[in-house]
This record gives sequence, structure tokens and C-alpha cells, in this order.
Amino acid sequence: MPEKNPAGTAPAAPVALKLTAKDFKTDQEVRWCPGCGDYAILAALQSFMPELGIPRERIVFISGIGCSSRFPYYMNTYGMHSIHGRAPAIATGLSVSRPDLSVWVITGDGDALSIGGNHLIHALRRNVNLKILLFNNRIYGLTKGQYSPTSELGKVTKSTPMGSADSPFNPLSLALGADATFVARTIDSDRKHLQSVLRAAAEHNGSAFIEIYQNCNIFNDGAFDTLKEPQTRDDYMIRLEHGQPLTFGADGQWCVVHPPGGFGLEVRETASVAPEEIVVHDATVPEPAYAFALSRLPEADLRYTPIGVFRSVQRPSYDELVKTQLDTAKAKVSGTPEQELEQLLNSGDTWTIL
Amino acid sequence: MAKQVRQLDRVVIRFAGDSGDGMQLTGDRFTSETAQLGNDISTLPNFPAEIRAPAGTLPGVSSFQVHFADYDILTPGDAPNVLVAMNPAALKANLPELPRGADIIVNTDEFTKRNLARVGYEANPLEDGSLDGYAVHPVALTSMTVRALESHDISKKDAERAKNMFALGLLSWLYSRPYESTLTFLERKFAARPELVAANIAAFKAGWNFGETTEDFAVRYEVRPAKMQPGTYRNITGNMALALGIVAAGVRSGLPVFLGAYPITPASDILHELSKHKRFGITTMQAEDEIAAAGAALGASYGGALGVTTTSGPGVALKGETISLAVALELPLVVVDVQRAGPSTGMPTKTEQADLNMALFGRHGEAPVAVVAPCSPADCFYAVLEAARIALTYRTPVILLSDGYVANGSEPWLLPSVDELPDLRVPFATAPNGPDGRFLPYLRDPQTLARPWAIPGTPGLEHRIGGLEKADKTGDISYDPANHDFMVRTRAARIEAIEVPDVEVDDPDSGTRVLVLGWGSTYGPIGAACRALRQRGLPVAQAHLRHLNPMPANLGEVLRRYDKVVIPEMNLGQLAHVVRARYLVDAIPYNQVRGLPFTAAELETMLEEVIKNA
Repeated sequence: MPEKNPAGTAPAAPVALKLTAKDFKTDQEVRWCPGCGDYAILAALQSFMPELGIPRERIVFISGIGCSSRFPYYMNTYGMHSIHGRAPAIATGLSVSRPDLSVWVITGDGDALSIGGNHLIHALRRNVNLKILLFNNRIYGLTKGQYSPTSELGKVTKSTPMGSADSPFNPLSLALGADATFVARTIDSDRKHLQSVLRAAAEHNGSAFIEIYQNCNIFNDGAFDTLKEPQTRDDYMIRLEHGQPLTFGADGQWCVVHPPGGFGLEVRETASVAPEEIVVHDATVPEPAYAFALSRLPEADLRYTPIGVFRSVQRPSYDELVKTQLDTAKAKVSGTPEQELEQLLNSGDTWTIL
Repeated sequence: MAKQVRQLDRVVIRFAGDSGDGMQLTGDRFTSETAQLGNDISTLPNFPAEIRAPAGTLPGVSSFQVHFADYDILTPGDAPNVLVAMNPAALKANLPELPRGADIIVNTDEFTKRNLARVGYEANPLEDGSLDGYAVHPVALTSMTVRALESHDISKKDAERAKNMFALGLLSWLYSRPYESTLTFLERKFAARPELVAANIAAFKAGWNFGETTEDFAVRYEVRPAKMQPGTYRNITGNMALALGIVAAGVRSGLPVFLGAYPITPASDILHELSKHKRFGITTMQAEDEIAAAGAALGASYGGALGVTTTSGPGVALKGETISLAVALELPLVVVDVQRAGPSTGMPTKTEQADLNMALFGRHGEAPVAVVAPCSPADCFYAVLEAARIALTYRTPVILLSDGYVANGSEPWLLPSVDELPDLRVPFATAPNGPDGRFLPYLRDPQTLARPWAIPGTPGLEHRIGGLEKADKTGDISYDPANHDFMVRTRAARIEAIEVPDVEVDDPDSGTRVLVLGWGSTYGPIGAACRALRQRGLPVAQAHLRHLNPMPANLGEVLRRYDKVVIPEMNLGQLAHVVRARYLVDAIPYNQVRGLPFTAAELETMLEEVIKNA
């Protein structure tokens, strides 16, 4: 697993907290459609939160607009349901000015990658200390079923009766292109995996970007079925584990190699390659090209979809760099703020009239 | 050689040249010398948006006007008494505003055939008699500067560039200015290149000495110090005063300040200035766009900081949705709009007051916010403190409408003492306020109607807020019709309930029948016009609005006191429209949108007409 860095989260409370999943539930009725993948993610998060050891009042969930963005209403922490696409910007202002808080952003494929694309990439390049959970269901749910920036080319929806003509974003490739320091993917139906990824993200110092495949059973049902059904999932999904060779399939009959002379990674039959040719997963590779190559593995039917932590590297967070500048400037101050202000007002060319 | 010295009560000088000629710097230095002497001052820079427009062309002309007097003045002056023209373009661009008889000091070196042709002069105006009505002083500024710097080890280009200091030296001599501050300034500015310090000082002194020896300037002038209130002064631009006001708001509220901003003319200077003051706990973030700048500021406010975002009109348009969110969340947010000529990119370096409608009405839904406007450069300091007071006390976005004229103009500022500034401290919520130990985020203070400011990190007050309509008191999501009606009316009442001082009326005469109502940067020209009219025995009253929303409680009564109400604005009648709608007063709009402030003279002419017909 990636190196632990406790600086990534707010400091734990001095006394051991005895919180349970129940403490993170609110009295609000959850209003997602029955069968929505969001329920599983909510439950997974509520039962994971006590692990953080952070008191509820120091945790903040900030969301944008969309089905997923109702999330903060259901978490008994501080929370803000903001405006479409702007959660990363709002969360940046909060995180930078309040380094004592643990700030989480809940967003969706339309919110983060369409209307809010600019804020997402800038939060990632700055490496703001935010944990960004992108619920990707590859459709617009709240507006009732238009294609999204992650819908496959040719997607037939209400707004694209002849099929969509625009190619989708690959969210992980995008995040890696923006130099994100922590990039992972998980899936709504696998609580154990989801929580392991949350854990790694919480320990990361800086922006942690997690794509969560989430099923919209109303407008895009079964979008990730090949990764869930017993007949296909073992052959389609590659579980990334740090330090482990990239083999998959029910009997490990598939593997990932880096063919000499090629730029990317490819899948081969394990029996057909020498064991040393199989790529050993290392999320800490400083060069983003490896994680990027991993992000390009899946095919249109989701065959060869890696899940887990693609990349986890260390780089100073924006929050730390800003705080250091503030601390450095404040260290030079000798007087009270009032005295400093008096001095500032009286600086420059002044003259006195008696 | 002793020359005759003549006393003047006021002078308006305009320095004009290529945007690369250093006219803004020259004007600044002359202003500083003049401030040291104790004159009252008002300045007006005027420059193109292009950083270096093609040299010698009309669009590339940059100018700086300074008005100084031995009494208190309100404007940078309508028309210059003296024009310093560094090239033919500067002469051609400024001549139409120059009254006959004015002095023109020209740099003859630049009046070459090629330069004259470039701006469409068929003949040399210095020779063809077209300037006969003016007092022209031809000075070979460039060549004399180069000659004066012959012994200096600098390039010819650097020597030529020092010609603005030669001009400054000449003008400083002509108006008997104390120049020590300029020498100190040059030493500081070129500290890394001592040879340029020496050269610029030499050029300045050469200009001074030229004045003293040349026959062309037979008279030297003096403008005595103005009678000003005792105290310590500094010359200040609106943007600088606004930045200092934000620092002061942080100190007086005891809160960290968070500025989110995206570079935009003419507001960027505020970001530059505040980024120097981190020692006050001020975080400045140059955001990825205008929207993020407002969003980050709002996020910081949510966390207990004083969130501020500074921009111009195009930026406010982009921030509209975030301001609406702040209206719904009921959190403090100060939005500074340094207005410029629109629509769209418009004329970025030119002034206008056409964002009033946007500030008052430019959001979706019923989303009222408080709006304040400074009336002069120094007033920007106090106006932003007032904006912060309202934002913090009433937990609301406040839009401050400055403009290019007050932002870049300057005037002497009598420095306040810090402990006389308003106390802006407000409490955070610390304990549950509802029955059974519940926290009700929308339970209001009965006086201010403000909701509690419960910042993350406060145990027991965990709560969720958002842009969806909220139920009264609990803040839960609500689609209840009666609740929405109640909340919309409450948000409106909350803004209406903001305590603002009564508008003051300046009306020294009796039997006055005409009132001039203004807002923002028109204060100076309106005031100057009113003074001139009263001196001529024509009574006129002046009232000026600092609060555009809510408006002062006595405004309706004030408006009805007069037979005629005239509202001059640098827009097509936005305040007039509001006043007519709200008070049913048949106000007379007087409008101009030329990217320039009103002149006192044109307002005087217009008002005289109204008074005579009243």
C-alpha cells in the first residue's frame, strides 16, 4: 500500500472517539430512487467514517448539484450542498482557510467533468487537501436521463435520439493529466474495496481523487454489470495491489505486460509470458505515465478495468504552501494587529499639517 | 537669475505622451511633490488598455492630469491649464480639451515629418500658426536630456528614456515644487542599477536648471498650501484605499481575510496590494476563474473568515450564481466591482457606473443583496469597511460599486486613527439554540434577522446548508409553498432591515427648488458644479447616496422636499429608474457614457438650465 501520511487528514482528537456508523446518519429521509447505487456508497462511507478518528464537527462534506450531491444532507457532519460544478472551488476556500478540517467533496460525472471541469482540474493541480469522490454513473440522473461526459460514444438518450456524437472523458486519465497526486477507482457494490480505497485516500496528503462506478438503475441500469456479474467480473476487472503482479481472471490466467517498444500496457495470457515480464503494481511511481497507461487499459465493454489505487505520490499541498507563507509573514510581526495597521496606514509618502 | 514669481490659487496640468513614455510615473511624482507642499490635490489617469500600443499613435496616448489648489477641491479639473505633450500624438489627442490661452510644453524632438504624418498632421502645428491661441513652449526634451547625460555610462536608449524626468524637473521648477521625495524615490526605484539613479537624477536636475536659465519661461508660479484639517495625510488612489480598507476590516473584525480574485482591469491592483499583507492573516488566492474566486471566498466565509472577491463588471456577471448561493446560505461575502465601460469587454480602462442594475437585480430568483458605493478615492477605505460591517452583521453578500475613476484617481487622505474605526466584531454560534439541544441554523436574531454563523469545528452544531429552499428555523429542505413565500419575504425584509444612516443634504441657501442626487464617483463633479452655481447666486441642493440598497429611510422625504430632482449618472439612467419606481418622483436623468467622468462645467450648465426653469 502507499506510504501512510497522517498529515493528510485533520489531526485525530486527543481522546479516543467511540463513534459508530449510526453517529454519521442524519434525521433526513434519504430520497434517492430505490435501488440506486448511492445507497451503498452512503452506507459504506457512514460505516467508514468512525475509522478516521476525527470528531464529526471537524468533518465537512461539500457537494455540487446532481443526484450524488444530495449526499451531505445524509451525513451528520458539517455539510454544504452548493451549486453545479463549483464544489471544488468552494471546498478550496474552506480547506485553505481551515487546515484543521477534513474536507470531502461529493460530485458526479456531470457536475465534476462537464460544468465544473475547470474547478476539478485546478483543485488537482494545486493539490488542495480535499478528498474528491466522483460518483460516475455515465448519465444525467437528476435531469432525467441525458447523456453525460462519460457516456459512451453513440449513447442514445432523450437529448441524443440518434446517439451521442461526442467522445467521453476518461476521468482517471483527466485527473492524471492534471497531475493529481492520488488517483483511484472503486465500485459501489464492493463495500470492502470501496472502504479500502477511502482509507488510502484519507491518509493521503493533498488532493485524493476517487472515481466510484455507481449504478443508476433508472436511466442507465447495468452500466457496470460486466464488472459485477460472476460470469464476467473476474476476467474484466483488474484489482490493483501495491507490490503485487498484475494478474487477473479466476485462475490468474490473464496478466498485464509492458511490451518493449510500446508506449502502453497490454493484456496477455499469463502462461504465454515469462513471470518477470508481468508488471508489478507500484502506485508511487513518480512519473504519471504508468498510471496513465493503466487508465487506458479498459475497452468499451469495460473489459480490463483496473480498480484500486492507480497513483499515490507525495507533493506539498496547496494548503501547506499557503500556510507556510502566512506563517512566515506573521513571524516577522512584532506589534498587535492594530499597531501593524496603524503603521501600514501611515506608510508611503505622508505629510503632516499642524 | 531671479525670475518673477506669480501666485496662483489653482492649476491643472496634464502630462501626455506615448504609453511607453512614463507619463503615469511622471504624474505620480509631481503629485507626490505637490502633496508634500500641502496643496489639495485630485488626479485622473487616462491610459489605453494596450500595454504598449504602437508608438506615436493616437490610441497609444497615455495621460495623467493633476489638479492642485490652495483650497479644497473636488475634481481633477475639467480642462488643463498646462499640457505637457511628449509627441505629436499627445498634442493631437489632448488639444480639443485645452482652453485657449493654455500653456503647451512640447517635446520638439518628436515633431518629425514621420511622426506628424502618423497622426495625420499635414503641416507641423508648431509652425503653421494653428496654435496661435495658446502659449506654446517648444523644448527639445529628448536631445537636451541625452546631452545632459553624455558623461553617464548608460545606453542611448536609457538616456532617451530619462526625458520624462527632465520634463518633471522643468515642471517642478515652474511650479516651485519640493523635489526631495522624487530623488529618494529614484534611489529606491533603481536601487539595483546605480547608474540609472544617477542618470535620472541628472535628467531631473537638468530640467529644473533649464527652467531657471531659459528665457522662454519668464515667470515661475507658486500655489500656496491649502487650509486643511490638521493631521497626517497621504495621497491615495481608490484601489489602494480599498485594499487598506479590507486589511482594516480584518483587523477590526478579528477575522482572517480570504480574498479570491481573478486578474481583471481595473481591479487587479487590489489583489496585488493585499497579496503583500499576509502578516495580517490575509490569504489571497488567484483563482482559475471569476466563479472560483467567488466560490473560494464563500467557502472561506463558511469556515469563519471574512470572504472577499474583487473584480469588474464582467466578473460580477460570472459570480452571479455564487452570490445567489450566498443569499440562500446567508453567509457574509464582500463583492467589490470596480466598474468599467461595458457591455462585454467594453473599454476596460475607462470608467462607467452602468453596473448598478446588475448589482441590484442581476441574479435569478428574488435575491436581494446590500449595495454600497464610495464617492471618492479616499472614501473607498470607509466604504469597504461599511460593506464588511453589513456583510458580517447581517450575514449577506454586499456588492461595493467602485469605478475606474475613483479606483485610479487620487486625493489626499487624512489618516484615521485605528481605534476610531468601526468595531466589526461579531460572535460565532457556540451552543445549540433550539429545543432538546438541537441546533436550528435558520433561527434568526429578532433584531437583525441574521441567522447564526456556526462554523465547522464547533461541536454540537453540525448542520447542513445548501442552495435548495430551506424550511424556516430548521434549514431542512422544503418545497412547502407557504414556507417558500415566507422565506423569500424574510430574505427581502432582512436586507430592508439593514440599518443605514440617513442621507445628508447639502443645501446652505434658502428657497432652494432643485436637488441633485448622485451616487458613487460623481460626487466630486456634482459638488464642484453646485459650489459654482451657489457662488453665482443660484441655489441648489446636493444629496449623495452611499447606500444603494437598502436606501436611506429619509430619502423619500428628501426627494419630495424639492420641486425638481436631477440625477446625473455615467449610465443611461439606472438610479433615476429606481428612484422613479420606488418614490414616484419625476426625477430628471442626466446621462453620459463616454468612459470619462463628468466635468463640473457641463453639470453646471445643465443645472443652471433646470434651476431657471424650476
